[in-house]
Amino acid sequence: MKGYAGKFLRVNMTTGEIKPDTLSEEVARKFLGGYGFVAHTLYNEVPEGTDALDPENVLCLWTGPVAGTPVPVSSKYIMGAKSPATGFIGFGIASGGIGSELKAAGWDGIVITGKADKLKYLYIQNGHAELRDAGYLEGKTTWDTEELIREELSDDEIRVSSIGPAGELLSRLANVTNDRNRQVGRSGIGCVMGSKNLKAIAVRGTGSIEVADLDGLLELCKDLYKRCRGPATEKYRVLGTPANVLVHNRLGCLPTNNFQRGTFDRAEECSGERMLETMVKKVVACPSCPISCDHVNVVKDGPWAGAVASVDYESLELLGPNCGVSDLGAITKANQLCDTLGIDTISAGVTVSWAMEAYEKGYLTKEDTDGLDLRFGNAEAMVEAVRVMCLREGNLGKLIADGAARAAERLGKGAEFAMVNKKLEWGAYSLRSLQTATLGFATSVRGACYLRSGSYQPDVKGTVDRYTLDRSRGKFVFDGENLYAIIDSMIICKFTRGIYKSNDEIASVLRMVTGFDITDEEMIKTGERIHNMAKLFNVRFGASRKDDYPPPRAFDEKMYDDVSDGAVIEREKYDEALSGYYEERRWNEEGIPTIGLLDELGLDATLGVK
Amino acid sequence: MEAKKIIVCDTEKCAGCELCEYVCSIFKEKTINWSKSRIRHVRIEPTFDIAIACRKCEEPLCIKACPRDAIEALDDGSVKILKDRCNGCGWCIEACNFGALKLDWDTKSVFACDFCAGEDGPKCVEFCPYDALEFTTLDAVGHEAGKKAFKRIIEELE
Repeated sequence: MKGYAGKFLRVNMTTGEIKPDTLSEEVARKFLGGYGFVAHTLYNEVPEGTDALDPENVLCLWTGPVAGTPVPVSSKYIMGAKSPATGFIGFGIASGGIGSELKAAGWDGIVITGKADKLKYLYIQNGHAELRDAGYLEGKTTWDTEELIREELSDDEIRVSSIGPAGELLSRLANVTNDRNRQVGRSGIGCVMGSKNLKAIAVRGTGSIEVADLDGLLELCKDLYKRCRGPATEKYRVLGTPANVLVHNRLGCLPTNNFQRGTFDRAEECSGERMLETMVKKVVACPSCPISCDHVNVVKDGPWAGAVASVDYESLELLGPNCGVSDLGAITKANQLCDTLGIDTISAGVTVSWAMEAYEKGYLTKEDTDGLDLRFGNAEAMVEAVRVMCLREGNLGKLIADGAARAAERLGKGAEFAMVNKKLEWGAYSLRSLQTATLGFATSVRGACYLRSGSYQPDVKGTVDRYTLDRSRGKFVFDGENLYAIIDSMIICKFTRGIYKSNDEIASVLRMVTGFDITDEEMIKTGERIHNMAKLFNVRFGASRKDDYPPPRAFDEKMYDDVSDGAVIEREKYDEALSGYYEERRWNEEGIPTIGLLDELGLDATLGVK
Repeated sequence: MEAKKIIVCDTEKCAGCELCEYVCSIFKEKTINWSKSRIRHVRIEPTFDIAIACRKCEEPLCIKACPRDAIEALDDGSVKILKDRCNGCGWCIEACNFGALKLDWDTKSVFACDFCAGEDGPKCVEFCPYDALEFTTLDAVGHEAGKKAFKRIIEELE
């Protein structure tokens, strides 16, 4: 079993005990790594009835078999826990250096339980691991925390993942940041860290990483690097993901004013093209990445001068057009606040846009907003709302700190326009003009997620009629989820998916790294197993058909729009598509996996149905 | 004598992927271990990246600093660490202005870039996906810089 370190750390924050454990080959073969290991760990180790903020919740960090190898964009890691945002499986994947560093330190992952009596951080240096006092880091930003830990330990090459004040304040949207610009963003993993009094994880590794066929792997990698510089990744390299702004605007699927519209009249002002021209200081790469998509903005002048952030499409769109804002300086500033204070940009953008709509509808008064004129398009108000949200400051901060769904609950109004699924905020793809995407997002195990299946692709590419749904759409979601489960378990970057000639070439990478004799068919089956493992975790915590719907706006309001005017999802058609998806998955009408399927996948069939 | 060639990094092209470090360790140590790379990537936040290897100094400070005469200069300008003499004291690492020397955490001895002697040029240069690394002479670098500057002037005049 190559590629893996073969062992992981168990940390009990309550007792302070840290001990090594062995990664079994059976688990590695069945669940591969990353997402698979998170699903497997959480399903087996989170006790019945555990609340996400209980010390019993299990926080885990895993790498995959390719972490630390020269495979393109393989330096990734995943963190998972029962999500404080959704109550179901929570996880986020980030790039940067900490995944490969942990592997070089000799560990595949870390499984953390309990709660420390004071704020601590975990420091791992090769075989040595200890919990250290983090009192001096209380309230510090993620960027400062990285620097201060490196200074304290006099080692500039230490990699750090940390939470900001929002995580310490237990925001259910809190993220984890590493290497300044990389985030475990979604589903509130930073909140779980905060609940355990764990400020940061710092890692330094100097060991070697072994693969089964180094010569073969390097030869393939040399070719893959060339392909990474070719047409398959051009979009990411040149404009980065913000290239989507104008593409989506043309298609009438650019969420605007809290998803009310799909076109934004000032889209040009905040396009990827404009950002590259006026804001981007440099495009940088994560370790092991031959693509480089990371467009680092440095605001040169104006009210937001000095703001620095790596701005991606989702963050730009949801803090920008979806709040009616086109000012790239303000968007960069708000993005930086999210990264440093510690809240997911997607959730932040959608929560602030909810507050703006509530304000415009008169549900929120100036007293509720602490005097902020929270109209759509008010860039300054957007930035300030993000800041108070991160710090849970004032009436507005307290109201919105835990997201749109909980803000609506607290207010007792506005739930119908909280753009969430499983209480997690929707990604930057409009619901009614990208209906296959909507099916994929709403059925996602972690809630409102564009990254589980890439289900927007058939819509955007025009493979299907994106303004309607039918029973066949489930197949796109099914295929996407199974392949993405592999990508997320190896873990490689999704931006490299286009450089591989076939699924078998991806499997060949796995064979050369691990030495496992795995075919492409077995690999996809493994993806299906992993996805079902994650689903079983949700089923255990009460998930059923009711959780797989988009927010009411999708059904109840026709779009008023230049391009997608009149678009709406017909409830009967959605139900039909949802049933089609369940059928493809061999789940019953309530979305529960069948015993036959679970047996076939080698999973625990206790929760299965006939 | 041939003009000495060094590994030059174009900091505008270098994106900080560190693949040079991976590749170096694979060729020189037959394993993946970037802490044993002869070339070192450094990032100054938020946007400055460079990869640095031995600069083949005219009067190498590392040689002067070594109390055990464990470093010798080779004809091509690179330095050779005599492993049986090196005890890992690290004075050479301190002396080097470029951070081009490193200490092996396992053997506690120092190592330096040999520019993949015997191969067809350094492997980091061959693999760099960003074409940021070049194995070239300082004369050629200067000539290129001159050409670039002149082109800029011409463009401005036109």
